[in-house]
Amino acid sequence: MTQIKRYKSERLACWQQAKELRNKHYRDIWEAKEKGKVLATGGEYSFIPLVAGLGDYEFLGGEPYGATVGTDQNLATECAEAAEARGFARDMCSYMRLYWGSMFLDKSPWGKFVKPDFCLSWHLCESHGKWYQLVSEHMGIPSFVIEIPLGPRTQNRREAQIRYLVAQMEEAIDWMQKVTGRGYDDGLLIEAVSNEIDATAIWAKCCELNKNIPAPLDLKSMFSLYVISSLIRCQPEAADFFRTLYDEVKYRVDNQIAALATERCRLYHDAEPVWHFLQLFRIAEKYGAVVPASFYAFVVGTAFEADENGHWLPAKTMAERGAPLKNRGEALELLATSYVDRPGLWGWMPQQKVTDSLSIYRDWQCDGAILHLNRGCEGLTQGLTEAALALKAAGAPTMVYESNMVDPREFSPTQVVDSLESFLESLGLTKLDD
Amino acid sequence: MEAFSVVDNRHEYAREWKKRTGGPVVGVLCSYVPEELIYAAGALPVRVLGSHEPQDVAEPHIFSMFCPFSRDVLAQGLTGKYDYLDGMVHGLSCIHMRQAFDSWQVHVPTPYSYFFPMPAHLQSPHAHKHLEFEILEFKRSLEEWTGKAITDTALDEAIEVYNRNRRLMKQVYELRKGDPPLLSGVDAMEMVLASLFMDKKEHNPALERWSGEITQRRNTIEPGIRLMVLGSENDDREVLRLMESLGANVVIDDHCTGSRYFWNEVLPQKDRLSAIASRYIDRPPCPSKDLVERRRFDFVLKLAEDYGVQGAIQIQQKFCDPHEFDIPPLKALFEERDIPSLFLELDVTVPVGVLRTRIEAFLEMMQMEELV
Ligand code: SF4
Ligand code: SF4
Repeated sequence: MTQIKRYKSERLACWQQAKELRNKHYRDIWEAKEKGKVLATGGEYSFIPLVAGLGDYEFLGGEPYGATVGTDQNLATECAEAAEARGFARDMCSYMRLYWGSMFLDKSPWGKFVKPDFCLSWHLCESHGKWYQLVSEHMGIPSFVIEIPLGPRTQNRREAQIRYLVAQMEEAIDWMQKVTGRGYDDGLLIEAVSNEIDATAIWAKCCELNKNIPAPLDLKSMFSLYVISSLIRCQPEAADFFRTLYDEVKYRVDNQIAALATERCRLYHDAEPVWHFLQLFRIAEKYGAVVPASFYAFVVGTAFEADENGHWLPAKTMAERGAPLKNRGEALELLATSYVDRPGLWGWMPQQKVTDSLSIYRDWQCDGAILHLNRGCEGLTQGLTEAALALKAAGAPTMVYESNMVDPREFSPTQVVDSLESFLESLGLTKLDD
Repeated sequence: MEAFSVVDNRHEYAREWKKRTGGPVVGVLCSYVPEELIYAAGALPVRVLGSHEPQDVAEPHIFSMFCPFSRDVLAQGLTGKYDYLDGMVHGLSCIHMRQAFDSWQVHVPTPYSYFFPMPAHLQSPHAHKHLEFEILEFKRSLEEWTGKAITDTALDEAIEVYNRNRRLMKQVYELRKGDPPLLSGVDAMEMVLASLFMDKKEHNPALERWSGEITQRRNTIEPGIRLMVLGSENDDREVLRLMESLGANVVIDDHCTGSRYFWNEVLPQKDRLSAIASRYIDRPPCPSKDLVERRRFDFVLKLAEDYGVQGAIQIQQKFCDPHEFDIPPLKALFEERDIPSLFLELDVTVPVGVLRTRIEAFLEMMQMEELV
């Protein structure tokens, strides 16, 4: 019998803190109105620092909310059906359908649905603006959209995109003041932008450490961690949390502490997972396969930049950038630049995704790829078919499964598990004894 | 229809045009591409339309949950139907077509290829400036490709030819307001489809001749239920033929391959690029660009009123996300106005039997209501 190498492995010390931060966030949202806070809603990357300038606030991000509803299969089905009963097609963004269903039914995991004061959404995927158009109509609340300009990257275009974003943000600030009747504090905006820059950059540094063998983090755990960036990245707690996490992950790397003690194969995963079936990754682990890298996880809440050869590197923190922000103009420009420079968002073009997938696959030292043709998200499935072809052409063993990230009616566990196990066996892996 | 039977020979037309003029032919995937620039660069813009033939070559490239039209488009590229194209341009609209364009670039490379990043939030007061920037970039790129400057004179001429085309088609659409209309919905669709790939300098005189003939000839169209068709990309003449064979008059549409393509003109200004930007911002919107207010619905309702519409058929390419957002609220709006509406889903080929039954039932229901 061949001897399997075993690394040291231990649970993350800051795991509990992450859980508490997540729970507190939703509690804060549901109590926002009674505490006199502004409550806004929109896509999860909707330039939340802009809202911070209004004073005490909370922000309900649509995608993480959809994912949260999706973890309760009964509620998810009920919400999906409520959206369908109103004529909305089953193939539309499934986060959005669960959010809408929850709003139509006035039902959430924490009691009734909340009524935000306004919608402020980014518009990257074509669903974003339309999502909150309906929320605004149904709830009778005002809505504002900030478009992320797309297109292949050139220096000229980069500058024009930053100008377009800054102009929209300036307008959003005036608009929010008008619809809420509140004043605006640039100091709070600057603080929130700085927090976002730090939280997303430090989290990217943690992800970068996963290039190491053994990987200090596995994807299932990363999903529980990145959500801190996704939910509260503008708050100081998020950057603090990621600083602590970074130290811990660095320690794990220096001391060969693995996420998976039996790591002997590294897999790349994209797009969103099936949220109520994250044990899929545990099944892979039984074969000694860990997932250290994912285009999706590295785009969401993570500030990577790409060098001239297409390698993803963490963006700079505020300290690394040098001078602190002095005024509103600088804050908006930095915020805009941090979006425009993010390779995952460049052009939001399928071919870019192919290039990025190959680059991440190689840099994170993967041995195989698992791609989720997610029927619930057209945004992240664009480019995935071509990525599968390109990965295979580059010699990467690749498995594709079709399912839905939050609609349990479109997920067949047996089929997906069977395909995964056959795939792992085709990589020469066998199930390890517990 | 004789006047625009060229629709059935569109590839031959483009090949012949290329031979005759020596100019390049550029495929276009979205009605938000500012074709005036391509035309001013001396090239012929040709919108890639559906083939309506079953295929299985696009599957590895386009997710099965993306719309059948995007797969049909790519399949035609992969099977060489558009092998005469010298260039390919896509304007940012929906994700599905972006994937088709992207895969086309990789697997059917053309000497020239350009992604035109049309902004989505056209109601933003800042969109115009950004669009102007993109139009200028596009102009530069075309100039680099052809090796020739696009002069103001060439732009003026292109704008004039395009505006004339738009005006003439709108005049023909006016003839659909009568009861019965002076032309069928199928004829109107063929007219616009021809405009989508013909040299407009050739389409314009054909249009003038034809509209003259329509007004002179004896009208043989029987009065029927006046329908509006609206929704996703639609170049399926069979579906319209079916509706009209069952006693309907299709009198108006809201499709990007119909009225939305030509409804408004470029209003000339000294700054030509700014004038073009305004035209594309002010045109009747695609649902994907109808943010934050809903302006498309006003356009649709105005058409319904102006053309005396009695019923509406919402046509959707299966899985077409942009229209899936608008279909339920539009249905409710039609209901509020007492305009019965029917929803039909299109695939590459249409199951005629099923469609016939549904359309027949819809028209019968309307006829009954009229009797009551
Ligand atoms: S990218 Fe996916 S999850 Fe996000 S809004 Fe678009 S369809 Fe929904
Ligand atoms: S039919 Fe709809 S989904 Fe398909 S290309 Fe057109 S807009 Fe996109």
